Amino acid sequence: MTRLNSKIPAGPLEDKWNTYKATQNLVNPANKRKIDIIVVGSGLAGAAAAASLGELGFKVKCFTYHDSPRRAHSIAAQGGINAAKNYRNDGDSVYRLFIDTIKGGDYRSREANVYRLAEVSNAIIDQCVAQGVPFAREYGGLLDNRSFGGALVSRTFYARGQTGQQLLLGAYGALSKEIHKGSVTMYNRRDMLDVVVVDGRARGIIVRDNVTGAIERHSAHAVILATGGYGNVFFLSTMAMHSNGSSAWQAYKKGAFFGNPSFTQIHPTCIPVHGEYQSKLTLMSESLRNDGRIWVPAKKEDARKIQKGELKPIDIPEEDRDYYLERKYPAYGNLSPRDISSRAAKERCDAGHGVGSTGLAVYLDFADAIKRLGRNVIEARYGNLFQMYEKIVDDNPYETPMMIFPAVHYTMGGTWVDYELQSTIPGLFVTGEANFSDHGANRLGASALMQGLSDGYFVIPYTVQNYLADQFKVPRFSTELPEFAVAEKEVRDQIDRLLSIKGKRSVDTFHRELGKIMWDYVGMARNKEGLEKALKLIPELRAEFWKDVRVPGKAGELNPELQKATRLADFLELGELMALDALHREESCGGHFREEHQTPDGEALRNDKDFLHVAAWEYKGPDQKPELHKEPLKYEFVEVKQRSYK
Amino acid sequence: MDLKLKIWRQENAKAKGRFETYHVTNISPDCSFLEMLDILNESLVDKFEMPIAFEHDCREGICGTCSLYINGRPHGPDAGITVCQMHMRRFKDGSTIVIEPWRARSFPVLRDLMIDRTAFDEIIQAGGYISIATGNAPDAHALPVPKNKADLAMDAAACIGCGACVAACKNASAMLFVSAKVAQLALLPQGRPEAARRVQAMVAKMDELGFGNCTNTYACEAECPKEIKITNIALMNREFFAAKVCSQKEMAGTSGAG
Ligand SMILES: Cc1cc2nc3c(=O)[nH]c(=O)nc-3n(C[C@H](O)[C@H](O)[C@H](O)COP(=O)(O)OP(=O)(O)OC[C@H]3O[C@@H](n4cnc5c(N)ncnc54)[C@H](O)[C@@H]3O)c2cc1C
Ligand code: FES
Repeated sequence: MTRLNSKIPAGPLEDKWNTYKATQNLVNPANKRKIDIIVVGSGLAGAAAAASLGELGFKVKCFTYHDSPRRAHSIAAQGGINAAKNYRNDGDSVYRLFIDTIKGGDYRSREANVYRLAEVSNAIIDQCVAQGVPFAREYGGLLDNRSFGGALVSRTFYARGQTGQQLLLGAYGALSKEIHKGSVTMYNRRDMLDVVVVDGRARGIIVRDNVTGAIERHSAHAVILATGGYGNVFFLSTMAMHSNGSSAWQAYKKGAFFGNPSFTQIHPTCIPVHGEYQSKLTLMSESLRNDGRIWVPAKKEDARKIQKGELKPIDIPEEDRDYYLERKYPAYGNLSPRDISSRAAKERCDAGHGVGSTGLAVYLDFADAIKRLGRNVIEARYGNLFQMYEKIVDDNPYETPMMIFPAVHYTMGGTWVDYELQSTIPGLFVTGEANFSDHGANRLGASALMQGLSDGYFVIPYTVQNYLADQFKVPRFSTELPEFAVAEKEVRDQIDRLLSIKGKRSVDTFHRELGKIMWDYVGMARNKEGLEKALKLIPELRAEFWKDVRVPGKAGELNPELQKATRLADFLELGELMALDALHREESCGGHFREEHQTPDGEALRNDKDFLHVAAWEYKGPDQKPELHKEPLKYEFVEVKQRSYK
Repeated sequence: MDLKLKIWRQENAKAKGRFETYHVTNISPDCSFLEMLDILNESLVDKFEMPIAFEHDCREGICGTCSLYINGRPHGPDAGITVCQMHMRRFKDGSTIVIEPWRARSFPVLRDLMIDRTAFDEIIQAGGYISIATGNAPDAHALPVPKNKADLAMDAAACIGCGACVAACKNASAMLFVSAKVAQLALLPQGRPEAARRVQAMVAKMDELGFGNCTNTYACEAECPKEIKITNIALMNREFFAAKVCSQKEMAGTSGAG
């Protein structure tokens, strides 16, 4: 029996959210002051939520592992944020953004959630402009737009190549305003180590002060997790070094179901891996695909010579270049969605057409655009990205094509939440990349920033209030409750255990090994045999980790190795669930590609009869197989079709 | 490449620090500077020693976390980048590299190369924003902004809050940081209503937190990884004096009326 209730309001699609807001329960202003809310995370989703709830009058405590809320990984988003403004007069609308997102997600997301996202998208842009976010403008003084993958309209708003930075600084400003007012208290440099559940409801968290090592208990009437994605399970990804899946994993072990854990986005345009010592991968924004053309040599012998350094890209004449995205997907061309573009790159490289010394790269070429528009225009559009590329690769992309390859970038999977963004633990809400909600099996570019801010500014302030309407009667919680003591003890025991192993291998060597297993078997192309192998290798690696890891230093001090170890301990369990989920889903959809399930021309082949559902996994105890619950996806308003970008 | 590293080690905020010397060998020139430190740290863990604590997160020059003072310069020898964007090809094989934390009274050292920059957050909290609440903002196109102003605002807004400007300044002044935020919001029509209050509150907080004065040495501009212009400081000074005159007038006005 499944306990999943997505709580989608009845009625026509375009009325659902308004109906919800009109009929939800509210908390009177005097009572709001009596209610505490914990927000973990200060990225777009967390900062926006904390600021907005503080404005409403709640007492908010906001936590981040960073030294300042402004450093959350949202800061790194480059390309832009979508909204259905139709400022271009090119036929955009809320409905079109909704359809594009549903289709982009390969029909594995919830209609009502996605519609709401599209519906509030315009208010996000208004809000950000009012905060002073310096979006790109045209000479007339109005906002400019660019195009992103999976759309035929220009609906992406941007601030040079630093859109995430500017949106986050806007939210950080709003948060700072509330901190100044005293409605939000900020706790920097804290790692969340557990969620505390009292009488079936989320009532607090346990954190470690990363400077002193002190373990702290914090209580509240509701807890919101906005802790970002878990792509670092692959070790190499475009995530920040300390991005982690720990809070989502702690919530899972306390009873929150995990939705579609295997849905990972591999981004087509990243700087290729260059060495053994590599610590992370760098994204080259998808916006580059507005003007860059992707190609590989059509002849294998040309590719081989390029790999050996005997030929240069400019030596390949036009007729011997294969602009494979334009060839295979003429309607969307270089702006095909990410899952499709990534797989096409892998397919070309596997077929021996890849470039670079490893053969694991394709070209992203700006020569035509520079000829057409002039170097100045390209520099104004992408200057900082070109500079970033040149610094890393030591090559000038104005003169020679960039080399790119797919890399892990985003996790569509995450904590299962209902329409209110509430998990299966009452009082535990999950927002932003940390939840599974809006992107189905593949996220479209410029839609994560939109979702984070939608959740934080415009959804959570309503839905959390609905939950809290009867909670003001519950007095503030004491952290002396036994549930807090038990949770704290478990946390301390785990830390002591990690420090006492004193084995031979560093945390990073384990993390790299896990990453390799994940990339090889749970990566861009998956099959039954490989997934079964991963399901054998990961537990073995985990056992070895707990036997042989070496964590120097003490618990009660600033100890970065210890922080890495606690996070890796969670990844070593999460990776297994991802493999299990990928194995269960006997179909290909979006970013989840099972080699057994493809069309004759190599496209993802969905199986709507058996898999038109969200897989929500329930924790059953250590070394027990988790239980699978299925939330059926009902498409009432959209016709479910085979995706085509041709 | 083989390198000699002289690195500042300090156990905690209260401990006395010292330089320690380390050697790393066989480093690829394509390795990033922080990856080189990762390699050193791995070798320390191998020896059961405490690895060197240094801050970093995005490793792509945008989060503003990394903060190393290398051979006497914040973020190292190259202009316009953060230390996480620097690669070892920038150094000569066999050279000695000195690595220290930012040194400034308002940025106390926490451990080794890690410092506490909460003072920057406090300055922003004092007023570095536009005071509007969530909901019902006017349509984004209701207020056109001239492109050149929007571009200048974006130039200033590119600040990553790393603190290199403070570390570079012999007075440990935070003027470049503060002026970047003041300028961004003063240049935009949305920011005008509170411009006077904002600049006064932020400057007062900056002084209170013990940052030094600006004596126009331009070191901050030269070392800023985002090349924030010193002209922002001039703009801030104008805003500050205008605000002062304005508030004096306002006070005169009220007393006259009363
Ligand atoms: C390089 C890059 C470029 C991107 N470009 C775009 C783009 O152009 N457009 C787009 O729409 N999307 C883009 N994305 C995706 C988008 O940026 C993210 O999905 C989104 O910003 C996530 O926001 P968030 O608030 O959910 O999480 P984050 O911004 O990651 O914030 C997570 C917060 O949680 C805190 N936290 C995490 N774990 C813990 C813990 N255990 N304890 C305490 N605190 C914790 C962190 O300190 C941080 O404050 C990009 C992503 C990357 C990596
Ligand atoms: S680590 Fe983010 S700017 Fe250097």
